[in-house]
Amino acid sequence: MADRGPGVGRRTFLGYVVAASTLTVAAQLGETLGVPTTAAAAIPSLPEPSEVYDLNDMLTDAALPTANLITIQINTDGTASLALPRAEVGQGVTTSSAMLIAEELDLPLSMVRVTLADARPELLFNQLTGASNTTISTYTPIRVAAAVARGRLLQAAATALGEAVPSLTVAAGVITASTGASMTYAQLAVAAASLTTLQVSVTLKDPTRFTMIGTPQGRIDALDAVTGRKQFAMDLSVPGALPTMVCRPPTVNGTVRSVQNLAAVQAMPGITDVAVVSTGVAVRGSTFGQCIDAVRALQVGWGPGTEDNSSDATVLQELAAAELPLVVPPLPLLTQAVDARFTFHFASNSALEPNCAIADVRSDSAEIWAAVKSPIVAQGQIAAELGLPVPAVTVHVVQGGGSFGRKLFFDAAREAAEVSRAMGKPVKLMWHRTDDFRQGRTHPMSTSRVRATYGLGQVISYEQRHTSVATDFSHGLGEIITAMVAKLPVGDIGFSETIFELTQQTPYNFGVTTQLLSEVDKGFNTGSMRNIYSPNVRCAQELVVDQLAAGMGQDPYQFRRQFLKDPRARAVLDQVAQVGAWGRTMAPGTAQGIALHPEYHGFVAVLVEIDCTAATTGRQIPNGYAGPRVTKVVCAVDVGLAVNPRGLEAQMMGGIMDGIAITLSSSLHLQNGTFLEGSWDEYFYTRQWNTPPDLEIIVMPPTTGNPGGAGELAVAGAMAGVACAYARATGTMPTGFPINHDAPLGFTPLPTVPSIPASPTDGLSRAY
Amino acid sequence: MPQHTFVLNGTPVTVDVEDDVRLLWVLRDVLGVTGPKYGCGLGVCQACTSHVNGKAVNPCCVPVSDLQPTDQVTTIEGLPAIVGKPLHPMQEAWLEFDVAQCGYCQPGQIMAAVAKVLQARAAGHEIGDADFDEIRNICRCGTYHRIREAITSAAKNF
Repeated sequence: MADRGPGVGRRTFLGYVVAASTLTVAAQLGETLGVPTTAAAAIPSLPEPSEVYDLNDMLTDAALPTANLITIQINTDGTASLALPRAEVGQGVTTSSAMLIAEELDLPLSMVRVTLADARPELLFNQLTGASNTTISTYTPIRVAAAVARGRLLQAAATALGEAVPSLTVAAGVITASTGASMTYAQLAVAAASLTTLQVSVTLKDPTRFTMIGTPQGRIDALDAVTGRKQFAMDLSVPGALPTMVCRPPTVNGTVRSVQNLAAVQAMPGITDVAVVSTGVAVRGSTFGQCIDAVRALQVGWGPGTEDNSSDATVLQELAAAELPLVVPPLPLLTQAVDARFTFHFASNSALEPNCAIADVRSDSAEIWAAVKSPIVAQGQIAAELGLPVPAVTVHVVQGGGSFGRKLFFDAAREAAEVSRAMGKPVKLMWHRTDDFRQGRTHPMSTSRVRATYGLGQVISYEQRHTSVATDFSHGLGEIITAMVAKLPVGDIGFSETIFELTQQTPYNFGVTTQLLSEVDKGFNTGSMRNIYSPNVRCAQELVVDQLAAGMGQDPYQFRRQFLKDPRARAVLDQVAQVGAWGRTMAPGTAQGIALHPEYHGFVAVLVEIDCTAATTGRQIPNGYAGPRVTKVVCAVDVGLAVNPRGLEAQMMGGIMDGIAITLSSSLHLQNGTFLEGSWDEYFYTRQWNTPPDLEIIVMPPTTGNPGGAGELAVAGAMAGVACAYARATGTMPTGFPINHDAPLGFTPLPTVPSIPASPTDGLSRAY
Repeated sequence: MPQHTFVLNGTPVTVDVEDDVRLLWVLRDVLGVTGPKYGCGLGVCQACTSHVNGKAVNPCCVPVSDLQPTDQVTTIEGLPAIVGKPLHPMQEAWLEFDVAQCGYCQPGQIMAAVAKVLQARAAGHEIGDADFDEIRNICRCGTYHRIREAITSAAKNF
């Protein structure tokens, strides 16, 4: 996005005072399109679509017509409240949104309340939480609304205090006259309200006067989180909504043919209902423990699923057959090439909070409670499946226990509605962890073929062909693309290809550059995982960059510096090289790696030190995977403007843990239509023993003055950095990820029938 | 139905429930104590970590019939009371380092951290990197680094 630069005209917007009993305001405007930065060195590459207009621009533009519906209310206790039409799943948007309000209103952060709005179909495309877009698309509207409120409060105070507005001062929610007389927002909330809706013009605070935006702030829900008071969907008490679980098939999308012992299971202790539904056999009971027992007791005849004949090797064959050809012709005499092919295995975006939802479906209405990032789509689809009009279905958006892409979908909400209807009772539906891994959505397996040619000190061409099992974007991005596709510079291509084109870019001047996607096989339950295609595409590219540097006799850091297009990219790279002491002498079996990732108007550079010595990889971890240890990470990030640098640091740290996992340890193994992993001791996400003891995040000072996306870009940067470090430490470029995928399984797979394991009974003997 | 009695966060409670129902579901589904979270029901993710007689335990793996009437069960809700303050020093440190992201695993992380500090101390040393590497609690948001910082800080205060 282009720098708006200083100037009053660029900070003036229209907002609304909404007719209400206490002061209520709304905002209208969104952002405008950016322009590309010009390539500066080496053989310039034409700007790729994602440099000019990326996925975030599309989401922001799609949000424009309805962004004015962001509404803030000033309450009679002096607090300001906003029902944010987004999901909070740990990424910190309630805190950063509260900071925007606190800034423009000159109100302490502790006096701002941010809740999550129910599904609001009138918002059309503007209630999707994804692609790191929340702050980008709401940064201006929230501030405009808050500024309108501040102006109204000042006018009301001027009347009450008998002084003109310019002589009033505002601090911490108190307006003070030159006489020393003062009034609080609490006292003014009613007087500042309007009987009619008015359009007003406001000027936003000059960034040089910011006292809140850009300062590190703790999360507004931190106290609730550390005391156990923070409520997730399964913590809510909805009358009659008893614990409910589903007995699921042994293979992906298997089907129920018969249930041999339905009555016997229904008679088990605590069990109230058993019902066959489209995804399996649902049981409802007094406790989840009794539901687990009932699921295990069910004797079900299962029909085939959609992928019963598929295993890792067969999917790999499908991908190879679907790969698009490279187009650069045979090489001229003085040119050399780097040719590489990478495999990225299935991965799970399972959050720690499993898929879950509460549903109360009646004959003429339905009410749903769930952490969903696409609540309007959920509301529409559930209404359609229940045969109810859309307004009869209420979808309450509950704070989520992580998402990582998983909650872009509403699988549990849809299923809970189906089960509630089948049983005629409210249900509190939760997936078992084992189901969440085995039947939950996956990040699809993919391959990346790369060929780069170079000669006479320049990279002449760079071609990348990414081939993937199809990613499901049916959560609503598709609708936005349908609406917006006419104005995209990518021509008439499909949804996934559009997403690919809008997110993937080569930050280097590598001459003729093409990156293309092709997809196969729609039989899997897939979805985006944090950072969509980028970690895999970027990892492949950065490994090839190291190969190019080696081929041209250059240092990996200096090589990147020379070919980078954007000075912001160079700045973060320089930062990590300096702070991380790039090039320092490392012991045998250990090495540094360096990588860069641009996305969503932001840049991240990651310097990694890794220990691949036998002493480290041979560590004995009971029921765990040791592997190489990332011993140090230095990460520098420039998102244009960090609204909350502390929240941004947290996002970088989390992204780094994800990057470490998908490079070194975590994947799903597919065997005859079943994913073998069934617990966190089998799906090897980063644990404490894999965590870098030394971790430093550097948040760059504001550059563009506008916030870019923050929630995802560290994953790609970290994956690439870890892979490059691993290659340098071992002397061999890894080509399959995670690197341990083809090693013997590190666990004994759980049975598929019964579909879920019993809970152990030896808890007290393992006390510490 | 069998009756089971134990002390929950300082107060004796009696529940009517089958012997083999795990303590996690007695807490959450019967007693409405929702601080301990479900993450796997296998004693793996440790999101439900609570204390029994001062030691860290995964309630998802404890049949309620294993508890004696005198057994002290402490969940995150009862943690401050054991130090007689509004917040335990571990919770204070969690706020100071802004550890939580989504927050789902954090009650279990805090209960595990308190036990781990005491365990190290009982073994004659202050908590350090080797002890941190033994903590098995999953944090899918990846807050591991701040957890280490917060525990190191809190260990000086209790």
